[in-house]
Amino acid sequence: MLGNLTFDALPFVRAWHSPSINEIIGAGAGAVVIIGAICTFALITRLGKWRYLWTEWMTSVDHKKIGIMYVLIAFVMLSRALMEAVLIRMQQAVAIQTPGFIEPNHFAQLFSTHGSIMIFFMAMPFLTGLINYVVPLQIGARDVAFPSLNSVSLWLTAGGSGLMMASLVVGEFSTGGWSGYPPYTELNYSGGVGPDYWIWAVTLSSLGSMFVGINVAVTLYKLRAPGMSWMRMPLFCWTSLCTAILMIFAMPALTVATLLLAADRYLGMHFFTDSLGGNMMNYVNLFWLFGHPEVYILVLPAFGVFSEVVSAFSSKELYGYTSLVLATLAIAVLSFTVWVHHFFTMGQGANVNAVFGIATMIIGIPTGVKIYDWIWTMFRGEVRFTPPMLFSIAFMVTFVIGGFTGIILATPPLDYLVHNTLFLVAHFHNMLIPGLLYGMIAGYQYWFPKAFGFRLSERWGRIAFVCWVVGFYLAFMPLYVLGAAGMARRTQEVFDPTFRPWLIAALCGALVLFAGLASLFIQLWVSIRDRHANGVPVGDPWDARGLEWATSSPPPEYNFATIPHVSNLDAFYWRKRNNGAYHPADHYRDITLPGNTSMGVIIGVAAAFCAFGLIWHIWWLAGLSVLIILGSWIARSFSRDTERIVSAAEVERIDRAWLAQAAAARPVPRQLEENAANEGLAEWMA
Amino acid sequence: MDGLSGPEFRHVGLNLQDHPSLTTQQVESNIFGFWVFLMSDAVIFALLFAVYGTMLVGTAGGPGPAQEFKIGPAFLETLILLTSSFTFGMASMSMKYGRSALGLFCWLLVTLFLGLAFLGMELNDFAAMFAHGAVPQRSGFLSSFFVLVGMHGLHVTAGALWIIVMMVQICVFGLDARVKINIIRLGLFWHFLDVVWVVIFSVVYLQGLMR
Ligand SMILES: [Cu+2]
Repeated sequence: MLGNLTFDALPFVRAWHSPSINEIIGAGAGAVVIIGAICTFALITRLGKWRYLWTEWMTSVDHKKIGIMYVLIAFVMLSRALMEAVLIRMQQAVAIQTPGFIEPNHFAQLFSTHGSIMIFFMAMPFLTGLINYVVPLQIGARDVAFPSLNSVSLWLTAGGSGLMMASLVVGEFSTGGWSGYPPYTELNYSGGVGPDYWIWAVTLSSLGSMFVGINVAVTLYKLRAPGMSWMRMPLFCWTSLCTAILMIFAMPALTVATLLLAADRYLGMHFFTDSLGGNMMNYVNLFWLFGHPEVYILVLPAFGVFSEVVSAFSSKELYGYTSLVLATLAIAVLSFTVWVHHFFTMGQGANVNAVFGIATMIIGIPTGVKIYDWIWTMFRGEVRFTPPMLFSIAFMVTFVIGGFTGIILATPPLDYLVHNTLFLVAHFHNMLIPGLLYGMIAGYQYWFPKAFGFRLSERWGRIAFVCWVVGFYLAFMPLYVLGAAGMARRTQEVFDPTFRPWLIAALCGALVLFAGLASLFIQLWVSIRDRHANGVPVGDPWDARGLEWATSSPPPEYNFATIPHVSNLDAFYWRKRNNGAYHPADHYRDITLPGNTSMGVIIGVAAAFCAFGLIWHIWWLAGLSVLIILGSWIARSFSRDTERIVSAAEVERIDRAWLAQAAAARPVPRQLEENAANEGLAEWMA
Repeated sequence: MDGLSGPEFRHVGLNLQDHPSLTTQQVESNIFGFWVFLMSDAVIFALLFAVYGTMLVGTAGGPGPAQEFKIGPAFLETLILLTSSFTFGMASMSMKYGRSALGLFCWLLVTLFLGLAFLGMELNDFAAMFAHGAVPQRSGFLSSFFVLVGMHGLHVTAGALWIIVMMVQICVFGLDARVKINIIRLGLFWHFLDVVWVVIFSVVYLQGLMR
């Protein structure tokens, strides 16, 4: 009935049988998940909010709400993965010539979940959330092209995140790292359920991301407002488009890799085994054929955010818009040509390595173009050092350092020296923390007032900024040193005592980064508390440029009362300057909106249960879940009553109320935008 | 572009003038989205082909292509699938020009039968291979063969299920706009499977038997 599931799968039982610090940490983490879940359920029940959550959020297909839920998932998972990072650094700092407090197997699970979560369940949901929220607004659309598919994608990601959480409470996670290389992850070497958790969680999230890619690409191709030609699109839309295309082409490689690994583990096949004709290099190629473009799936949206932020807070048109677009496209294309640099040392010969090394370095050119463009945008602009702007500037400096070390790693002979050491760990964190996380945080702070109608506390934003930047340098610069000195990554016990000061410094850095996360939460709390003082309902708090600012904050569910006509780049800025921004429409029309559907939730939850059934060999559960998925999908195709109409009168009422608010608001000059006087109406200066 | 009417609701191969609830834009993006999905699916097949190619040498002393592949049944399967693409084409024609939904329904039924016949023959081939001990667990080569060809078979199964769903929907709704759009997508899917099979036939069966 319950397959391989036994009581020993529960960390509490294990901790009871053999109470060591190691097991207690495991049990504690499991307890946090359970208590957290129970508290959330209890709180929602007490507030009587289940119906509200179900009808307004969980079954919603509004791209704005889906975007917000994605970002919520990202923050929850970021918290967990950052705690794991602190634990990893603690273990290494104390385990110098002693075993430390975390046993090798547990330590291996820690770095595996840390990596898997940060990539698949923090970074991907975060950028997907931002894209979901912003892109339709920026192109003047009412929603994405496939709203209910959007909900399915969200709930697949949520289901995968749920599996990651379940692995803390039931059983164990993979010890094979975030890349899950066979043959180590084959049954012979990893017989437990760990790799199965990894396989199915990643598969759910990669399917979700593939659907997101399709949705975003089609939205951008087909739903742009009249007049918004390609070269009038905000840069964030361009980077979102390229990210979407990368998702469409790269995610299938990951799906193939994980499913073939599953075929080996479940059906006894021999794709990647080290016997009977298996070829493990196939896995490495498949995985990195996804894995390298993934790097650009992650950084391109952040590049888009920086472009928007730098332009808005310098009050200048982006310098070299065309070159930024071309550089984005070039990066997207080149990203598929370099995957071999992830395994220079696996014996494909000097010529192949040289070709891929050179191809890798070529990516530095378009990236450099972008950095220069941002710098020139700031030059002679009216730069305001708001938190998003600070993150953008920190990104530029830090990312360039990461680029230099990337050149070192892209040179095959040098790569032979430092591959698989902490140098590599330092390098990719050096790319991804500024190149992804800073961008996501900047975007979150930049668009937050749009989504919720009030600004985030700038003071706490600056505190968070200091923590994220200082913490980064403190945590990762020592790793470069350690890596150059030859310390292998994923090391549970360290034997060279000269490494100690560096490891302690890195631990301090991790703690400062954790403080950075805490300050983001404090910022959120403080800002919600002071939301009335910081309200910006008119919707344009930064004197910004794209169409997303041309509507109220938060926007009505249909985004725009009338679809705007676009005649140039920075459409809203132009309209403001020409006094065309806050006027009622000639006449209002009925607006058709997609209705709510429970299909997304049902499919996501059933997929998670299906995966859980597969992990524990509970075949009836897996089979039943598949039937539910198919059934709800087919049932949905039969429903004809999927749309809802907002009447013209209602649209007019809402629009006129907003315009009255704008007329009554006092405009603020840019210098005072962080002031309580800011109601979201910018004073139009030259 | 709300509120346009008449000929604006056209889409290639489809007349939707009588369905004012759908805009051209929606119809176009619905079909275009499916094309994009097929691109993603094509990547999956391309990668499986690549894996198969590298696994040809991985027979581990077990049965190889020459012993196991039978050109007769494979050729017959190809003919059946090509014919089913033709009958689907007829279904699309009768959706566009037919006076009632009956023609469409019948052509879909024929297509369904051809699809099921294909699947039946394929399973029969697999069973014969199993009987010789050529099971996917025997070697990396056989794993990759069964997954590549089986993946195509799985797609055909999904397509057959989809045809059944659409036949029921024709009975329930007649030919409303959603049904028409779905049948266009289904058509794309079905022809796509045909293309993939042609590649399988050439790369797997013909090439395997040439060795
Ligand atoms: Cu790479």
